Amino acid sequence: MGAGHVHVLYREADSPVHRLPPEVKIAAMVAFTVAVVATPRVAFWAFGAYALLVVVVAALARVGPRWLLTRSAIELPFVLFAFALPFLGAGERTDLLGLSLSVEGLYGAWNILAKGTLGVWASLLLAATTTTRDLIVGLDRLRCPQIVTQIATFMLRYLDVLVGEARRMRVARISRGDDPRFLWQLGGFAAGVGALFLRAFERGERVYLAMVSRGYTGRMPPVWQGAGAATAGQWLLAATVPVLAATVAATAVVLT
Amino acid sequence: METLAMHISNGIINGPVAALFAVIALAAMALCVQRGRLDLDDRLAPMAGLVAAFVFAVQMLNFPIFTAGVSGHLLGGAIAAMLVGPWVGALCIAVVLVVQALVFGDGGVAMLGLSITNMAVLGVAVAYLLIALLLRVLPRTTAGLAVTAFVAALVSVVVAAMGFVLQYWLGGTADLGGNLAGLAGTMAVSHLFIGIGEGLITATTVVTVARVRPDLVYALRALKPAQPATVPTVGGVR
Repeated sequence: MGAGHVHVLYREADSPVHRLPPEVKIAAMVAFTVAVVATPRVAFWAFGAYALLVVVVAALARVGPRWLLTRSAIELPFVLFAFALPFLGAGERTDLLGLSLSVEGLYGAWNILAKGTLGVWASLLLAATTTTRDLIVGLDRLRCPQIVTQIATFMLRYLDVLVGEARRMRVARISRGDDPRFLWQLGGFAAGVGALFLRAFERGERVYLAMVSRGYTGRMPPVWQGAGAATAGQWLLAATVPVLAATVAATAVVLT
Repeated sequence: METLAMHISNGIINGPVAALFAVIALAAMALCVQRGRLDLDDRLAPMAGLVAAFVFAVQMLNFPIFTAGVSGHLLGGAIAAMLVGPWVGALCIAVVLVVQALVFGDGGVAMLGLSITNMAVLGVAVAYLLIALLLRVLPRTTAGLAVTAFVAALVSVVVAAMGFVLQYWLGGTADLGGNLAGLAGTMAVSHLFIGIGEGLITATTVVTVARVRPDLVYALRALKPAQPATVPTVGGVR
């Protein structure tokens, strides 16, 4: 997905949402998403309620609607798929503006659009208020196996190197008269990829060995942990959003 | 189209099926954590991080197919299986997917189980089985290694795409009726092309790495345990 770099999504600011410990935000975001997905698709009002929740959190986090909407473009392929559904869907059909559309397909399209968009917004809010470093700390505190957080740490660390290097190599190729099109660009790209990979690895290996010789044991030092783990109060505060969402979802299930 | 297959958005597949695959993915990942710990030594740890970063990066690079509209990204299952082995490799891909879902909203969080099953479990498992088989059958030359990497990548991409079709058949939220076969066909054809691209990139990368630092290729390490790898001097080789 051609969506810039990880850090690109972080919005430097000071807000109640930014100050919440990362593990709390991750848990709240996942719980919220599950509640949204579990909602029956015919309960239209419930999705309005979720959207309202997202808007409130976004306002608290000082994330503007414009930023949220532009970044939602990542969802576009699914939107296209959703628009195809009313034409492809099976079963009962209805007439709308002279087009014969599948009722099942229309519901399906609505389902994907509503749930997909809410999910993207929830992730974007998490990304906008949490640095990638905090994200790893959060996963670590959520008892994520150390091998996983370790891979994630190194991944984020090496990403900068890789992306920058790849961009430079591409510019170098183009400025030497290469005009990448169709499958031919694969040749140039792939030939460079091997070299890129090796260079990045050797650099990464040196960094890793330097870390090991300074006492790295696979876990980031306490300095990284920042203000410390979440308090019960912070858990309760962050729980309001998923608890409200779960209430809405439960009501929707009962009503339909 | 490809994002459709691989990074499944919330609401495409219904809740129960998503939950079922989340359980499958969790169980598989737990096994990978167990086995991966044994594999992860001082050489594999930075490699695992780099492979994850690499896969993350190539998943962002879309390349055009037929110059019109359709574009896709690579999956990286085969290269992970080749360079860091099946256990750590599957973990790498899963980490990529989790981070993408958490910070990009790329793929619904509730659908993570489905994506992880497709790409991290199915993709890497198929790739590694093929690698293990082909490396024994084919001659131990650079060409043999290249063919192995190419075939493993190609097949793993198509199998991962078919994993999505299976999931859609089990629990797609919109009933496509007879068009499901059409979905399967589209997915297979478009991913055949992505698979070719992925195969070429995997093959060139693996061959380059194997030529300069054969000790880094996990799949080759497992093959010749007796022969000590060229000793990597600490702190930079060349």
